[in-house]
Amino acid sequence: MAKLKISDLAKIKEQVTASTSLREGGASVKVTVHMGTCGIASGARTVLNAVMDELEKSARKDVIITTSGCMGLCSAEPLVTVEKLGEEPIKYSYVDDPKMRQIFNRHVLEGEIQTQWVLAKGSEQ
Amino acid sequence: MEDLSLHILDIVENSLMAGARLVEVAMEEDPASDSMAITVSDDGQGMEPQFLARATDPFVTTRTTRRVGLGLSLFKANAANWGGGLEVRSQPGQGTTVRVWFQRGHLDRPPLGDWPRTLCGLILTRQEVDFRYLHRVGEQEFELDTRELREELGPEALADPQVMALVRQQIGEALVQIGVAQVPAPPGGL
Repeated sequence: MAKLKISDLAKIKEQVTASTSLREGGASVKVTVHMGTCGIASGARTVLNAVMDELEKSARKDVIITTSGCMGLCSAEPLVTVEKLGEEPIKYSYVDDPKMRQIFNRHVLEGEIQTQWVLAKGSEQ
Repeated sequence: MEDLSLHILDIVENSLMAGARLVEVAMEEDPASDSMAITVSDDGQGMEPQFLARATDPFVTTRTTRRVGLGLSLFKANAANWGGGLEVRSQPGQGTTVRVWFQRGHLDRPPLGDWPRTLCGLILTRQEVDFRYLHRVGEQEFELDTRELREELGPEALADPQVMALVRQQIGEALVQIGVAQVPAPPGGL
């Protein structure tokens, strides 16, 4: 049976110990990609891949990426929420790969809200 | 949905919405009988028999924001088009199992798509959930269990995008090795 190779796992493990020591501070930004059927069908997975790619490149340890379901605005999908600690969440609509990368690099990392793509401010409930 | 991975992702999202802590995805391809089956099982809250009976009806959903739910119904309609079907089994409090089967080589059957990336995206973004994945092609199989990985690498490891990029590469290589066709080999990064 094919399995993940133990020798490679050991290599991964070394990297982990090096990087987790930096992770102690806790998260200061949360990025949520909305992944309902509507989101998935209109490109949410591409958006999720883009943000994971940018996170990996940035090597930032205080950013959490998560997913959630449909929030009822299917026509505006893919939707992404960026929530910085102590600030109101910002919702972006019609996000695609390049927009997501720009949102990550400008808003998530630099704090500069990309107002041209903002749908709303605040939580849905 | 462009590929099978998106359909599976959609079904797994249902499991996550149902509060699952363990999601198991099994893909069984049998070249000899030209068949393929995908099973997604979870330990979420499950469904009452009345709801279960109508779960694949597009006008049934648990959502309160609108009155249609398309995930299961889309997959069911597609599986029927590929010479198969979809079946849901569920018990309240016990979890849900969705099984889809179809003709593996059907002309309209989409490719698997980028499943390694899709799965690693799920693992990375849902740290509170464990995933078990089994893929079988004829006699060959590949298995991954995040519970084992967490034990081996420590609980924090799977939250690290760099670690997950390595795991993703290895899944991709393993799938090629067991004979899964059309696994994309994208350039580095997650």
